[in-house]
Amino acid sequence: MKKDRTPSLLLAALVALLILGLVLPEWRFLGTLAIGKGLTVLGLLLLLRTGLVSFGQGLYYCLGAYAAGTLGQFWGTTDALLLLVVAGLAAGLAAAILGILLAAYRGIFFSMLSLALSMILYGLLVKSAALGSTDGFNLPAPTLFGLPLVSHDSRYPLFVLACVLGVAAALAMHYYFRTPLGRLSPAIRDNEIRVEYLGASVRAAVHVKYVIAGILAGVGGALTGMTVGHIDPEMAYWTTSGEFVFVAILSGTGSVAAPFLGSFIFELVRTFAYEYSPNSWQLALGTAMLLIIVFLPAGLWSLVQRRRA
Amino acid sequence: MSHLLEARNLDKRFGAVTAAADISVTVAPDSVIGLIGTNGAGKTTFVNMVTGYLKPDKGRIYFEGRDITALHPRQVTRLGICRSFQIPQLYNSLSAYDNLIVALGIVLRNAKPAPWARAPRLVPGHDLPLADAAEALLERFDLGEFRDKPAGVLPEGVRKLLDIAMALANKPRVLLLDEPTSGVSSEEKFAIMDRVMSAVRAEGAAVLFVEHDMDIVARYAGRVLAFYEGRILADGAPDVVLADPQVREYVIGGQAEPKEVSHA
Amino acid sequence: MSALLAVVVDGVIYASWLFMIAVGLTLIYGVMKILNIAHGSLYALGAYGAASLAGYWLSQGYAPFGSYAALLAAAALVGLIIGPLIERGLLRFMYGRDEIILLLVTYAVFLILEDAIKLIWGVDPYIISEPYGLLGIVEFANLVYPTYSFMLIVVSLAVGVLLAWVLHRTRHGKLLAAVIHDREVSQAMGVNVRRYYLATFTAGAILAALGGALTAPTVSVVPGMGVEVIVLAFAVVVIGGLGSLPGAALGALIVGLLRAAAVHYAPALELFSIYLVMALVLAFRPQGLFAGEQVRTI
Repeated sequence: MKKDRTPSLLLAALVALLILGLVLPEWRFLGTLAIGKGLTVLGLLLLLRTGLVSFGQGLYYCLGAYAAGTLGQFWGTTDALLLLVVAGLAAGLAAAILGILLAAYRGIFFSMLSLALSMILYGLLVKSAALGSTDGFNLPAPTLFGLPLVSHDSRYPLFVLACVLGVAAALAMHYYFRTPLGRLSPAIRDNEIRVEYLGASVRAAVHVKYVIAGILAGVGGALTGMTVGHIDPEMAYWTTSGEFVFVAILSGTGSVAAPFLGSFIFELVRTFAYEYSPNSWQLALGTAMLLIIVFLPAGLWSLVQRRRA
Repeated sequence: MSHLLEARNLDKRFGAVTAAADISVTVAPDSVIGLIGTNGAGKTTFVNMVTGYLKPDKGRIYFEGRDITALHPRQVTRLGICRSFQIPQLYNSLSAYDNLIVALGIVLRNAKPAPWARAPRLVPGHDLPLADAAEALLERFDLGEFRDKPAGVLPEGVRKLLDIAMALANKPRVLLLDEPTSGVSSEEKFAIMDRVMSAVRAEGAAVLFVEHDMDIVARYAGRVLAFYEGRILADGAPDVVLADPQVREYVIGGQAEPKEVSHA
Repeated sequence: MSALLAVVVDGVIYASWLFMIAVGLTLIYGVMKILNIAHGSLYALGAYGAASLAGYWLSQGYAPFGSYAALLAAAALVGLIIGPLIERGLLRFMYGRDEIILLLVTYAVFLILEDAIKLIWGVDPYIISEPYGLLGIVEFANLVYPTYSFMLIVVSLAVGVLLAWVLHRTRHGKLLAAVIHDREVSQAMGVNVRRYYLATFTAGAILAALGGALTAPTVSVVPGMGVEVIVLAFAVVVIGGLGSLPGAALGALIVGLLRAAAVHYAPALELFSIYLVMALVLAFRPQGLFAGEQVRTI
């Protein structure tokens, strides 16, 4: 048996990130953002390993953000942990309900149905004047146990919270894949009939995985909202979900760390692309996606693994 | 009730095709039954109905006196009626070992009293921790050298064995083997059956196997069911059934035609 | 009474538009098992092409009625150029791979086309409303409609009838049915599957572009106009049954009437209502209203 090095590597990455964030303050914003989106992509990784592509994770991403946002905006709650928990619960509940419908579907039906469901939320939010319609609204600066996480001169505390959250989620996912339920993911992807003939319910397993992915997206959306300080219905639009799919394909399913790395690269490139060539950014994305599908079906992470092998 | 498994008057039609017509079978514990018949005679339909994959149009199926007609394959499996497949149903991207880990993991999980409860340490029925139970199954089917190879690239004979090994994860009381030796060279057939039968006998399960090779049937079956156009033409001891003139004409004679064109 | 009539007329007009944008999607899926996310971009390309071509026609002072021909020509041109380009240049290398991979490939094509549109036409809106006003208006029962909207119904019906005729009454249609049923066997029997795939994808592209071209006079043509179309088209074809022509017609009619009713009686629920019907249909009849056959797998 090989020794499982992932936990120690993840903890080392956490320490490295915290140090990097300390010495490179201008990267904290991007880093926090990448973790928020990375959490959503981590949920997609779980679905991808199960053989499912959701084009609608924006639904939970947006729902989590709005759950945290309304709590902050209308009840004045600013405690980050509370907001994140509420966001995760709201998204998880929604995923549990919609999952009843979605868990029966596979392939493109699953993809497009999840897409359509996210468009329902978009349609509702756009028509909700109280929530700012298409403009959305601003979030108050988050705090933790009464201490500010974001101030005019420092984003470090929020960055630390994000890093801890990201590593904890990656670690949890890593261990989850070693449980019997987690192991059902590749089994369902490969052969559903055999899973049923071994005495497990594919539908129930898919449902649980969908809820987990929803919770991760909800927490990720709330974290992103806190980081940016603003949320709008665009978060539920299907193109946002499409970006998550892109990052997930880019990252590959090889490692629980890949979604975060992929999100970071994505945000980094986007920052530059928007500045220099805003009208050819999607063109570059599409081209990159085709190249990955053709040449690197296992995502960028396969490059890392190939070097190791 | 001395019957382990009982099928009563099963009917099944697919459009104009009669796949099962008034099928009644009782299975005693410890029996080894060969199911013979030409392609389309209704053997696999029978297996599919018993394991819950197909619902009969009419008739009932009982296991230990309990009506299981309406149950799903996973529920039937949990009761102890397990099957292998004509085309092995494996997790092709996973190693042989991981295929068994998934299989035994499900058994472990199903043993939890509640979703939030801790799973037992030992796999029920195998009385070993998960990893050891998987290794034991690999060993019992002599699959050690294929342990870490993806199931998708294994030779057909090995895939057949792995498929059957997975069917044993749930400690079956009734084991249905759908053409365990098809797609395997004739030299290998007896070797595979020997291995399967010795592995299975240790379980004490009743075995029903679909087979086209009459030598195999004669050697291993204690009882033979001959299917023809969805009906059971003959049911009895191998020497009696295989010598039956009707069986010779419609079932074994039909075998002379080119068979197993494509199972894809 | 007139409110109800308005709902029905609005609904039928909207339904014919929906049918036009959805029929190409369902055709391509039905034959090739590809759900083409780039369908919306082809729709947008058709709209831009129509705006440019009709705009050029009118700016040259030619007969204004000729602008209708310009709309149709633009749709044909876009479909005939972009369709084969995507199918021959990209999709054919992906045949046999998982449906979901093909979905991702068309998603990538969608991303590329969206920006290609911006690079070619810029981000400013194009307005080409002449063909819309040219035909005048129709008045009945206190309701006023532009004649153009009724032309849309006629075109949509014509497209439906033409497709049904090709698929069911011609030799090519029958061969296509064979290709749909079993690609390998048809190939072995000497059917040129390659050609049918190319023709199908091109036809689907032309239909998408036609939808865009005929919509162009009624809206301002802007970047991103195709982004929502794909979702609507998918909802329509899923309700009817993915890959089914009568299904697309029925789905369009249901969604069209429903949306018209929502607009008149509960405007806030407009978008919501469409997807709600879709979710309901899928919950109770997962294969859509026109179900396809189930295949035994073991």
